[in-house]
Amino acid sequence: MEAMVTAWLLGKKCTVPATLTIMDAMEYAGFKLIRGVGCRNGFCGACAVIYRLKGTTELKVVLACQTKIEEGMCVGKIESFPLNKRSFNLEELRPTDNIIGQLYPEIYSCIGCNACTKGCPEGINVMQYIAYAQRGEYEKCARESFDCVGCNICASRCPAQISHSAVGLLARRLTGRYLEPQCAHLEKRVAEVEQGLYREPLTKLKNLPLAELQKLYNNREIEK
Amino acid sequence: MSAYTEEMLKSIAKVESTRAARLHVELKRFTAEEKDAVLKKFHPDYNTAAFTTLSVGPNKGDKVPKELGALLEGHSRLEKVQLDLQRLDYDVDVLIIGGGGAGASAALEANKGGAKVLVVTKLKMGYANTMMAEGGIQAADKANDGPDVHYLDALGGGHYKNIPDLLEELVENGPAAIKWLSDLGVLFDKQADGTMVTTHGGGTSRKRMHACADCTGAEIMRVLRDEVQNQGIPVLDYAPAVELLLDQEGKAAGAVLYDYDAEEFLVVRAKTVIIATGGAGRLHYQGFPTSNHYGATADGLVLAYRAGAKLIYANSSQFHPTGVGFPAQIYGALVTEKVRSIGAQLVNSEGEAFMHPLETRDVATATIIRECTERGKGVKALDGVALWLDTPMIDQLHGEGTIATRIPGMLKMFGQFGIDLRKEPVLVYPTLHYQNGGILIDKDAETSIPGLFVAGEAVGGIHGTNRLMGNSLLDIIVFGRIAGTKAAAQAKTTKLAALSLDHVAKFARDLAAAGIKTEVVSPKLLPVYTHGRPSRSEKRGI
Repeated sequence: MEAMVTAWLLGKKCTVPATLTIMDAMEYAGFKLIRGVGCRNGFCGACAVIYRLKGTTELKVVLACQTKIEEGMCVGKIESFPLNKRSFNLEELRPTDNIIGQLYPEIYSCIGCNACTKGCPEGINVMQYIAYAQRGEYEKCARESFDCVGCNICASRCPAQISHSAVGLLARRLTGRYLEPQCAHLEKRVAEVEQGLYREPLTKLKNLPLAELQKLYNNREIEK
Repeated sequence: MSAYTEEMLKSIAKVESTRAARLHVELKRFTAEEKDAVLKKFHPDYNTAAFTTLSVGPNKGDKVPKELGALLEGHSRLEKVQLDLQRLDYDVDVLIIGGGGAGASAALEANKGGAKVLVVTKLKMGYANTMMAEGGIQAADKANDGPDVHYLDALGGGHYKNIPDLLEELVENGPAAIKWLSDLGVLFDKQADGTMVTTHGGGTSRKRMHACADCTGAEIMRVLRDEVQNQGIPVLDYAPAVELLLDQEGKAAGAVLYDYDAEEFLVVRAKTVIIATGGAGRLHYQGFPTSNHYGATADGLVLAYRAGAKLIYANSSQFHPTGVGFPAQIYGALVTEKVRSIGAQLVNSEGEAFMHPLETRDVATATIIRECTERGKGVKALDGVALWLDTPMIDQLHGEGTIATRIPGMLKMFGQFGIDLRKEPVLVYPTLHYQNGGILIDKDAETSIPGLFVAGEAVGGIHGTNRLMGNSLLDIIVFGRIAGTKAAAQAKTTKLAALSLDHVAKFARDLAAAGIKTEVVSPKLLPVYTHGRPSRSEKRGI
């Protein structure tokens, strides 16, 4: 008999195997999951749930697909958290003039409580990247926020009502578009393709008989 | 306390004892004959008992996995539903079914082309396999490389079954796809002078794998989704398509959706339709675990097939050789190929490296299965066996900190279950990863049904019968953009006749005529999991 635990899933008392994740435990208990489930591998941020152990004060927020069920968990869902994402035209933006502060002025309301960082299932120093955004250090903000899966647990915990994941994403897009060095070999190759430089070699390959192709493939030089 | 069992720890000791000797040895690659032999004997695609022959439809007589065959020859949800097709819930130029990387790319280009676009998704935009692609995206943009070199790699890797016109589009548009993403602000790994950091993937002859740390797909997906939102393109979540609509002349003309919240059907009229519904991992062919997202149930194939579009290579699946074999919480999840491309070897229970770590995925899968079955050198894990991926080699080869900077996602994933892959190897076994086959398109991404386009994993033929790592992220961008552009252009001149579901009724008659009796209703939409829950009916859902 495998070890079982008792948990309250969306208010329902359930007894489930102790080896399951919170998400699997919900399915074991009979919930047919439609909302609040996505990649089931911890990448997409769809399955943020909030829980406390029965009788304790502390609330925790985690990804249901990445967290084991525990005895006494009382689990509720955070799903479709209303983020306040601003629209922008990246081609008209520049990573100057405190652009993130202009689009997201609420970042200056941060009171330094660090609830965002404490809540992050990815272990990101969320408060730090908001601080970078405040100071216009967008590249640092981009790097610090890079692992964000957009579960918005941070935003759900923030007394200053900041939309953290949107701030980090804007910093990353500004960094990728404007702050990173341009890539010369990429520009060159795109131009060469546009000039039709590869039309002939590709047409030739497309029309080679199978035996010729196999010979080419089996003897091709492999970069060390 | 170690997360591993005592038996595993004993085997780890053997792995450690041989590590120094293995560290700088370049393992031999298989010859073409050796590859062929191991594939035929051990690759799941060659397990004839796992396939069925289709009795109706454009691929009548072709073999497909049993699980897919049952859905292709299943009942429509609309069989007993009276729908008023005159009552439109949405009337648009371009309908895009699916909210992954292909759907988002298509949406951006169709919108740019001036079309009125609607994106519909079963879950939400970005809850998709794109989000989970870790390793990278190929494109031939370096001096020692070229689209022609890329072409040959993908062709040989695909067993020469790739459709030449599609493969040509893929490789020739590769560099432009990277530039498009880069201009949207995707944060590629670069050197200080702007040179892209690129590595090998299984089967590549040049280092052309571009990456965004080890969450390349996630970085691409979140940027594309952000841009779809910036452009104000309407997205309807939790509304999967359950049938395509044609017009009375046989052109694609929209779809019937099922609104999960209202539990009602919706009618969408569209001048052109793009299927971007992704793969089939959640059909769990032959009982394999999968690396795929929750909604990967081959819906687009079912819709298109019922409407008369032909499939190609639907009997060909890609098993990723290195799914997680242990622990249970992440069983089947992906250990990115990048772990091997930066130096980790596959090692058996006795501590022996038994293959070059960068063989193509199908060969690696078959070889791992051989090592575990015929040769009996697997490590007992959960209900089956698995093999070691010797991750501590990476830092020993490239210096301490390499794992932390190059594969931080992997470090974190195993770390939370008490396994430090800098110090201990990890257990892997093949997992169902990618649908090589799919709906047949031409180089404009259009099917044989006028106005019906397909992009992404739902397409078949680009990769032959085996896809190389990094060519899928590329194809969703390249063919997503092509489909969006072409669908928008075509919509400008399309004149639709009256909407029709006659093709659905005809398919049902064909099934009956072929003597097929089935309870299956398709598309599947979502899998049902009970995790061993005893004694309750599984008959649920819509």
